[in-house]
Amino acid sequence: MKSTPGGLQVVGLAADIGEFRLRDIDLGVAAGEYFVVLGPTGAGKTVLLEAIAGHFPLRQGAIAVDGEEVAGLPPEYRSIGFVYQDYALFPHLTVGGNIAFGLKLRKVGAAEADRRVRQMAGLLGIEDLLERQPDTLSGGEQQRVALARALAIEPRLLLLDEPLSALDPETREEVRRELARLHSELGTTTIHVTHDFEEAVALADRIAVMQDGRLVQVGAPDEVFRKPASEFVARFVGVRNVFRGAVCHTGEGEKTIEVDGTSIAAVTDLLGPSHVSIRPEDIVISTQPIASSARNCLGGRVVGLVDAGPVFYVTVSVPPDFVCLVTRASVGELGLEEGRRVYLSFKASAVHVF
Amino acid sequence: MRLLFAALGALLVAFVAWPLLTTVLASSPAVLWETLLDEEVRGSILLTFYASLLATAAAFLCGVPLAYLLARTSFRGKWLVQGLLDVPVVVPHSAAGIALLMVFGRRALVGQAFDLVGVKFVSALPGIIVAMLFVSLSFLVNAARVAFEAVDRRLERVARTLGASPWQSFLRVSLPLAWRGILSGMILMWARGLSEFGAVVILAYHPMVAPVLLYERFESYGLAYARPVAALMILITLGAFAALRVTAGRNRRTG
Repeated sequence: MKSTPGGLQVVGLAADIGEFRLRDIDLGVAAGEYFVVLGPTGAGKTVLLEAIAGHFPLRQGAIAVDGEEVAGLPPEYRSIGFVYQDYALFPHLTVGGNIAFGLKLRKVGAAEADRRVRQMAGLLGIEDLLERQPDTLSGGEQQRVALARALAIEPRLLLLDEPLSALDPETREEVRRELARLHSELGTTTIHVTHDFEEAVALADRIAVMQDGRLVQVGAPDEVFRKPASEFVARFVGVRNVFRGAVCHTGEGEKTIEVDGTSIAAVTDLLGPSHVSIRPEDIVISTQPIASSARNCLGGRVVGLVDAGPVFYVTVSVPPDFVCLVTRASVGELGLEEGRRVYLSFKASAVHVF
Repeated sequence: MRLLFAALGALLVAFVAWPLLTTVLASSPAVLWETLLDEEVRGSILLTFYASLLATAAAFLCGVPLAYLLARTSFRGKWLVQGLLDVPVVVPHSAAGIALLMVFGRRALVGQAFDLVGVKFVSALPGIIVAMLFVSLSFLVNAARVAFEAVDRRLERVARTLGASPWQSFLRVSLPLAWRGILSGMILMWARGLSEFGAVVILAYHPMVAPVLLYERFESYGLAYARPVAALMILITLGAFAALRVTAGRNRRTG
C-alpha cells in the first residue's frame, strides 16, 4: 500500500454486512477534501462509512488514513469522527456531556476538556445549549451537537451519514452552509453520503456515485452530471447543466446569475454565491435568435453531439458548456454539427438556483 | 360494545381484587402488627427477602452479560438458548424442584461436590436460592435483553469512534441506557422469588421461607392462623410491584 500523506486511501475493499455487499471499492480522498458519495437508498452508502470507521470486518482490502493502515484496527484507534443521519446523541448525557465524551476517554484534563467543549460549542453556535438534554433540542441543534462531538476529538477524517436528510428544508439549507463553513475553517477531510444531488453539488469537491455496493463513477460534480458514465448514473442523477455562479439583483423582482461571464435570468430568493441547474430538455435550440417568452437567449457554438437513440445530447459552448436534449429529427432539420453557431432559449423559471 | 367489554373486564378485575382485599382487610392492623412481631414469621420473611435477593444477584451477575449477547449477537442455537430460559416459567414448579434435587441432592454429583466444600443444598439456604433462581431468572434475563435491544446500536458505534473500547462503550452507554429496564427486571425477579413455593418446598422445607410457613400454619392450625401471614405477604409483594411500576414508568418517560 503506498502511503500518501494525508487523506484517505481505500484499495480493493470488499465486505458483506447483513444483506449489503461492498465490492471493489477504490477510493482516494485527498487531505482536506470534501468528498460526497451519492447514491440511492440501499446502495450501501452507510455501510461503506461504517466499514471505513471499523464497525465491520472486511473480506478484503486496505484502508489508510493519513498514510497509516487502519483496516486491522478497532474503531477506537482510528480517530475517525462519525455523524449519523438522526444524530445518535447519547440520551443520558447533557449536550456538554455528549461533546466531552471523547475527550474524557482520552483522559484530557477537566479544565482542558471544558475549554475544548466550549470552543466546539462556540464554533457551532450552541454555547447556550450545553446544560440541555438532547431530547429537548430541535433537529438542527441536535445535528450541531453531533458535529461538535465528532469534531471535538480532532479526527483525521470526518464521516457524515446523510447529515441533512432528517432536517426540514429551511434548517437543511442552514446546516448545509454550516457544513461548508466548518469545512473551510477546519479543513477536516470529509466524506459525506447523500442521495440528494443538490447537497452533493453544493458541498462536494468531488463526487462518487454508488450503485449496489460499488462506486460506479468518481469525478468533479459538473463532470458527473454532464458526462454520466453509465445509464444508471444518468438516470439517478439526471443529465443536468450544473454551474457555480453568483446571483445579483437586476431591477425590480428580477435576478440574474453570472456564470463564466454569462448572465442567466432566474427566479430565486437567494443572493450571492450559489449553484444553478438547468435540465437539458428545458433548452430550445434554434439557428436564429427567436422572439419568445423565454427570458434567456444565449448564442454559442456546438462542440459535441452524443447519439442516445431517439435523441441527441448536444453540447453548446456559450461558455459555459450547456448540454441540450434534441430529437434526432431536429438535429437533421437544424443541421446541427460541431462548430455550428446556434442560440439557446430557456425560461427563467426553468433555471433552478440552490 | 365497549360497555359489554368493560363489564366483562370488570368481572376479572374484581375476581383478582376481591380475594386480595378480603384477606388483607380480614386481619386488623393490630393483628398484622402482632404477627409481624412473631419471631418465626419475621425470621421467615427476612429469610425469604434475603434468599431472593441473593438469587437475583446471581442472576444479575451472569444474566446481564447473557442478555447483552442475546440482544446484540446472533449465534447458532440462539433460539434454543432463548427458549430454554423460558422453560422454568412453564414447568410445574414442583417438577422444577424435583429436577433441581436430581442435580443438587445429597447423592447427586454436583451436590456431592459442593458437600466437599461444606455447602449443602437440601434443607439449607443454598437450596432455597437455587430454587428461586431457577424459577425466576428468565424474568431478569428477558427484561435485560429487551432493555439492551432498545439501545440503538449506533450509539455504541459512535462511542467506539469517539475512542471507547468495547468495555467502555458497554459501561458508559449500553448499561446506563438499559439500566431502568434491568432494574425493573430485577424487582420482578425478586418479587417472583419471594412468592416461590413449589420448587423451594421440595429442596428445603426447612429453613422455612414465608410461603412455606404460610402453608404449614394453614395445614397445622387452620385458616385463622394462616390469614394474617397471607395478608402480610400480599402487602409486601404489592409494595414490590408498586416499586416496579414506578421504575418502569420512569423508564418509559426517559427511554
